[in-house]
Amino acid sequence: MEAHAHDADSIRRQTRIYVAVFGALAVLTLVTVTVSYLHLSTPMAILVALVIASIKGSLVAAYFMHLISERKAIYGILILTVVFFAVLMSTPSLSAWNQRMLR
Amino acid sequence: MDIPYTVEPRPDTGVFNAKLGIWLFLASEVMLFGALFSSYILLRTGAPAWPHGRDEGLSVPLATLNTLILISSSVTMVMSWASLKLNEFKKYRLYMGLTILCGLGFMVIKSIEYSHKFETHHFPKTNTFLAIYFTLTGLHGLHVLGGMIVNGYFWGPGAKLFKKDPERFANRIEVAGLYWHFVDLVWIFLFPTLYLL
Repeated sequence: MEAHAHDADSIRRQTRIYVAVFGALAVLTLVTVTVSYLHLSTPMAILVALVIASIKGSLVAAYFMHLISERKAIYGILILTVVFFAVLMSTPSLSAWNQRMLR
Repeated sequence: MDIPYTVEPRPDTGVFNAKLGIWLFLASEVMLFGALFSSYILLRTGAPAWPHGRDEGLSVPLATLNTLILISSSVTMVMSWASLKLNEFKKYRLYMGLTILCGLGFMVIKSIEYSHKFETHHFPKTNTFLAIYFTLTGLHGLHVLGGMIVNGYFWGPGAKLFKKDPERFANRIEVAGLYWHFVDLVWIFLFPTLYLL
């Protein structure tokens, strides 16, 4: 019974964190839209937009998807996914390099 | 025969089986969307000029509203799971209902955007930007629709399990939530990529 009460307290604390994360996500959305109207250079605009999107994505993954306190098996799957995702993202630059070599 | 590890964690993984299963599925989804993002980068860097989303008639205010709706749906989804953990079934129904309504709102706005594009003769075949725009947002929209069907089942007939086995039902909602948050996460990257850059 005591353990159950402890769990309930912990869940209630978490719900307060969820609301705070929601606030942060909403503010960051408005920031990313505002920044897009500042006429930054394309590389700078891409950098800023991706940094903000990464912060938002991390908040969703860490708190809503509970990755902040997950088991090792899940982290193992995710590390492998990140490695293959990085390979996928690097293929366009490999292609560009290959085209330069052929010229 | 009962299905093992639906509630209690499996000793070797430390999690119940459905959670491991959904994470493996999400890993495959990362590769699916990753391949499309990679194609976007390849098309953009290979093109002599790349239009801004606004120049192609994309509506930033509507997309911003859709982003806020999807973020709201993520918080209501996680609150529905927390309500089950607190044994508050009525609150679960409320939050899950709100999640479904947010999904519906997202789809309605997306269909308004699409119909505006078609009315102004902007189709996937019009140019490379619109081809990748329709592919990415169309696939994402199908994911939202799929999530709404699953959530609708758990709001309605699937909720009967709560009376029989509340822990197992909460785990099902956690798994459905992980999928829904992933769909939100994909949109968080799609929004600036297509509309703002």
